[in-house]
Amino acid sequence: MKRRLLGLAISLLLPTWAYSAEISPAIVYDLGTKFDKSFNEGVSNGAKRFTEDTKVEVREFEPSNDSQIEQAIRKMAKRGSDPIVSVGFSQANALGVVAKEFPDTSFTIIDSVVDQPNVRSVTFREEQGSFLVGALAALASKTGKIGFVGGQDIALIRKFACGYEQGAKYVNKDIEVFQNMTGSTGAAWNNPTKGGELAKSQFDRGADVVFAAAGGTGIGVYQAAKDNGKYAIGVDSNQNHLHPGTMLSSMIKRVDNAAYDTFKAKMDGTWTSGIVSLGLAEKGVGWAVDEHNEKIVEPFKEKMAAIEADIIADKIKIHDYMKTNSCEY
Amino acid sequence: MKASTAERWLSLFILPSLNLLTAFFFTALILLITNVNPIEAAHYMIQGAFGSQEGWGYTLYYTTNFIFTGLAVAIAFHAGLFNIGGEGQAYIGGLGVTLVALGLSPYLPALIVIPLSIIAGALFGAAWAAIPGYLQAYRDSHIVITTIMFNFIAASLMVYLLVNVFAVPGEMTPASRSFPDDIKLWQWHEFMGFFGVDFDSSPLNISLLLALLCCYGVWFLLWKTRWGYEIRTVGANPDAAIYAGINPRKIWVLAMLLGGALAGLVSVNELLGVQHRLVLGFNAGYGFAGIAVALMGRNHPIGIILAALLFGALYQGGAELAFEMPNVTRDMVIVIQGLIILFSGAMEFMYQPLVRRLLWRWVRAGA
Repeated sequence: MKRRLLGLAISLLLPTWAYSAEISPAIVYDLGTKFDKSFNEGVSNGAKRFTEDTKVEVREFEPSNDSQIEQAIRKMAKRGSDPIVSVGFSQANALGVVAKEFPDTSFTIIDSVVDQPNVRSVTFREEQGSFLVGALAALASKTGKIGFVGGQDIALIRKFACGYEQGAKYVNKDIEVFQNMTGSTGAAWNNPTKGGELAKSQFDRGADVVFAAAGGTGIGVYQAAKDNGKYAIGVDSNQNHLHPGTMLSSMIKRVDNAAYDTFKAKMDGTWTSGIVSLGLAEKGVGWAVDEHNEKIVEPFKEKMAAIEADIIADKIKIHDYMKTNSCEY
Repeated sequence: MKASTAERWLSLFILPSLNLLTAFFFTALILLITNVNPIEAAHYMIQGAFGSQEGWGYTLYYTTNFIFTGLAVAIAFHAGLFNIGGEGQAYIGGLGVTLVALGLSPYLPALIVIPLSIIAGALFGAAWAAIPGYLQAYRDSHIVITTIMFNFIAASLMVYLLVNVFAVPGEMTPASRSFPDDIKLWQWHEFMGFFGVDFDSSPLNISLLLALLCCYGVWFLLWKTRWGYEIRTVGANPDAAIYAGINPRKIWVLAMLLGGALAGLVSVNELLGVQHRLVLGFNAGYGFAGIAVALMGRNHPIGIILAALLFGALYQGGAELAFEMPNVTRDMVIVIQGLIILFSGAMEFMYQPLVRRLLWRWVRAGA
């Protein structure tokens, strides 16, 4: 007991020592490219903001295959980078291995959970954000039909789709939701032509709002919405500015904050390990309102605020696809 | 020096080296344009690939993959077929490895499961290649088209299986559960440790030995057996082969089966050796790079080993380069690869007239 108290005392003291310490932060990006206008780029923006605020350079690496991930994280740790942000669920295994080898280095993984004493796991409650934009789509739809275009057909994207469907059905239980995935390979994240075609086919079937959770493929979806005079909903970053007038909103996922907060906390000595789940209440996910879509969403704001409050108060229960690997609710 | 020896040297060593140097020269130009010192970059690449045990480990681990896919392309090429399906064959091979590793491990000891899963990897890869092979031989559809299409089908199938069948509930990653702890190949450092030699930890594992064994096997098959003779005859001239009493259709299917099996072994290195579970996209372009490896290696096992080593070093050295010099993106490796393929594939004989003339002059002077 005494030892534990001593440990506690030390750990309370530690932050003040670390406060003045210089940090050398690093990021290992998700497979794909850093400038994807969505996930990786969000993290990169967070890093850029951190560098601007603190003048501390962030070391970066873009791996091109699975085995480079572990190699890069290990190399960063060996060179004394701390904290190290590991981007994307595909890095969980690699980080699990490396985090054990470097118990004194702090790691943060985004979008997955690694259960180690020196890892902070940041996950997002995408189902909440998707629920919101689903509700918004249902409110804005005049035909009672809406669409969803996913990127690669993986569980994470089905989680988006599932939340979206629930949100839409919450507002209008008879609404029809068309769902299409762009493809089954990684190329599905960057195929705007096919995204546009899928959106058009959904418009032809009567949809008048379409939500794209498809990385770079979304660009084609938003363009198709503009060309056909329908609404589109962006994802991850605020994409409202892409086509003001036809962008209904964007479901935002603040991955930039996840990176920024990790660096900042490490600098201030307040970094902690453990699971950080960012939902609506923590402003980790949400729907974007700015000067580009203010007028369009004005009539729905009140209703949306009520739904948001209900989600935060846990009055609306949203099923998470990942829990059961199915969308039954 | 005899004229025929000179010709041999020309085609086996002088031309490939010149082509390679040209590719490096243009890479250096591109680096200069992007304001990077090419000498410094080369230093980082070489140092990264061969400067440490860890570097060697990664280089040879990539080399293992490239040997498998290079052989897969080469063996089909000897039968006159262009196997572009290494990517899909490797992927489906992974399915075989995983099914056996996960399915049989509760019932059988690891010492039996591991060889069985290696065989399953080869069989699944072969089966995947057999369909385009059959279609080419008996239905006249072009192997280039069908193997490319089968890459896409493989990718779709594997994503479907990973997302719907293998996925662990509650896990974000589209990956199967991990293989039991004893179902894995010896890592190289464990293997060397057995002999009392210290080696840094890296993904390199004993499938490198399997790859080298395959090289010997392919060489023996092609140049020392009847099947090999038949494969080479069909590749040289299918019509003549018929007159020699060889059925080219059977040989085409056979060559594709062997090629697919070799490509399928990539999954042994990747899954049994490194990842210890089935992951999405573990084939990461090795199948395509195998085409370049075979091309550079003149479809000969020795050449393929050398070309695979070069590509392994490029992969590992390139990663190191991107790590050390942040303004060189990892895409530079792809540029270098592209240049190598351009000069040693498409413009293979660019220097031939010139070098041949010089060589002849020298041979005559010697005689």
